[in-house]
Amino acid sequence: MTRISNEQVKHVANLARLAITEDETERFTKQLDAIITFAEQLNELDTTNVEPTYHVLDMKNVFREDIKEKGLPIEEVLKNAPEHQEGQIKVPAIIGE
Amino acid sequence: MSLFDYKVSDLHELLHKKELKVTDLVDESYKRIAQVEGKVQAFLTLDEEKARQTASSLDDKLTTESKNGLLFGMPIGIKDNIVTKGLRTTCASKILENFNPIYNATVVQKLQQHETVTIGKLNMDEFAMGSSNENSHYQKTRNPWDLDRVPGGSSGGSAASVAAGEVLFSLGSDTGGSIRQPAAFCGVVGLKPTYGRVSRFGLVAFASSLDQIGPITRTVEDNAYLLQAISGLDQMDSTSANVEVPNFVSALTGDVKGLKIAVPKEYLGEGVTDAVRQSVLDALKVLEKQGAVWEEVSLPHSKYALAAYYLLSSSEASANLARFDGVRYGYRSPNADNLLDLYKKSRAEGFGDEVKRRIMLGTFALSSGYYDAYYKKAQQVRTLIKKDFEDVFEKYDVIIGPTTPTPAFKIGENIEDPLTMYINDILTIPVNLAGVPGISVPCGFDNGLPLGLQIIGKHFDEATIYKVAHAFEQATDYHKQKPGI
Repeated sequence: MTRISNEQVKHVANLARLAITEDETERFTKQLDAIITFAEQLNELDTTNVEPTYHVLDMKNVFREDIKEKGLPIEEVLKNAPEHQEGQIKVPAIIGE
Repeated sequence: MSLFDYKVSDLHELLHKKELKVTDLVDESYKRIAQVEGKVQAFLTLDEEKARQTASSLDDKLTTESKNGLLFGMPIGIKDNIVTKGLRTTCASKILENFNPIYNATVVQKLQQHETVTIGKLNMDEFAMGSSNENSHYQKTRNPWDLDRVPGGSSGGSAASVAAGEVLFSLGSDTGGSIRQPAAFCGVVGLKPTYGRVSRFGLVAFASSLDQIGPITRTVEDNAYLLQAISGLDQMDSTSANVEVPNFVSALTGDVKGLKIAVPKEYLGEGVTDAVRQSVLDALKVLEKQGAVWEEVSLPHSKYALAAYYLLSSSEASANLARFDGVRYGYRSPNADNLLDLYKKSRAEGFGDEVKRRIMLGTFALSSGYYDAYYKKAQQVRTLIKKDFEDVFEKYDVIIGPTTPTPAFKIGENIEDPLTMYINDILTIPVNLAGVPGISVPCGFDNGLPLGLQIIGKHFDEATIYKVAHAFEQATDYHKQKPGI
C-alpha cells in the first residue's frame, strides 16, 4: 500500500515553499513513501501514557536580565542581503500590480 | 615526521622553549595542504593570509610573554556550519555560496581567546545532512586511507583533514553521528559532548534538540584539551547547561580498575560485520586486562531509534531551514516575479536533493492530521530510548560498542537509496536521542580501513569516557598509524 500520493507531495512542497517539477514529484513520492513506510515500525510500540521527550535536559523558561544592548549596525546586516535600498531589504512585489 | 604527530602538550612545550614558532605550525598546515588537498579535498575555504598574520603576531607575543594557554598557536580547521566573522560559511550549500557571517559562533570566540589559528573551513554534507560528504554542493571529500572511499559525514572534511595531517585538530558537529562516524572512518578521535555542554550559538541549526559541536583530534588527550576550551554555559544559547566544566585532562589517569562496562547485544547484532564485531571484542579484552569488567546488556528500543530520529530531526530541520528564503541573505533566484515565487524558486534552486527530501519529510510529519501519528509518536519513542540508557547507567559506568556497522564504504555505493545510507548511523543515533556523550577512538583495521570503538557515558560525564578511551589508547597503537597518502 502506498502511504503518500503525488498530490500530498505537491501539497507538502507548497507548505515548505519549495518549487518542484513533475519529475521531482514522482521521485520524492517514491522516496518519502519508503521512508514513511519504514517509520511506521514505530507503531509496533505501545506508547499509551508515555510522555513525549521534546528536550533531553530538564530545563524550561531560561531567563536573563532584560538589559538593553546594541544590535548589529544596519550596514553590516545589509552586507549579505541580495538586494537593498535606503537601509531596507528589497523584495519583489507581494501583490501583483 | 610531521609536527602534527606531536600532542598539543608537546608542541606547547616546544613553543615555549623557543624550539618552535607558531609560524612553523601554520607553515606545516599549508605545506601539507599544498601536497595532499588535491586528493583529499577537505577544505571549502582557506584563510591563509589571515592565518599567517595571526601566526606572526602570536610569535611576537611568544617572545615577550612566557605564559600562554595550552592551545596558543595551534592550527585548527572548522566545519563550515559554524559561523566565522568575515570568513565565508556555506554549510556546503549553494544557498549560502556567498555568505559572510557578521559575527562569530561562541566556540569560535572561545578559540580566539585561546589564541588558536584558524586554517580554513571544512567540507561537510549540505546542512550536515548525510553520512558520506557526497551531499556537499561543492566537492566530494575523500578518505585519506583509500581515496575511492568516503570519509564519512557529515563532518567528513573535519575528520579527513586531521587524518591527512592538514591541521592539528578540528571542530565538527554531531546530530546523529556526524562527528563519531567520520572519526571512525578516518581513524581519528571524535567526541560528541553531552547535549548542552557546548554552546550552539553560531552553529547553523539542523535539529536543535540534537545538535552538538565537538572536537576531532589525533589523540584522546588533545580531544580533552579542545573540549575544555569550548565548553560551558553561554548567555547566547538558552539550551547550554549551567553545570560545572571539570578538568577533563585530569581524568586521564589510566586507571580503569573495577570500571563497569555494558555491552549492548543490539550493537553487535545484524548488519555489523565480523571484523567490526571482533575489533570490539578485542578492545574489551584490552580493557579487561587493565581491570575493567564487562557484561552484555540490552538497549531494547535501539532498533526504533533510526525511524524516530529521521522523523524528529527532519521535523526540526524543516522549521530551522525556513529562514533560507532568499530575502535577507543567501542565494536569491533571479527568476521570480513575486514574493511567493521568490521563496519557492530560491529554495528550489538553492537546496540540494537530500535537504529538500528532509524538509518535505519534516513538513509532512508536522502537518495537520499527521502530527500525532508521526511527530508525537517519535517523541514518545525517544522517551523509551532515553530510558533504556538510564536503566543501564544505573549499574554501569560506560557503554561500549562499535561506532559504525562497517568500515568506510565506496564513493557512490550508497548514494542512490536514502534508507541504506541512513543505516550507517544506526549505532550513533540513539546517543543523540538520549542526549548523552559518546566518543569514537581507533580500535583496529579491516583490510587497511580504520575501525572505531564507541564509548558512551552518562550525562555530563565526558571525564569517564575520556578515562576509558585514554586507557585503551595507551595500551594500543592504532592511533599512531597514519594513512600512506
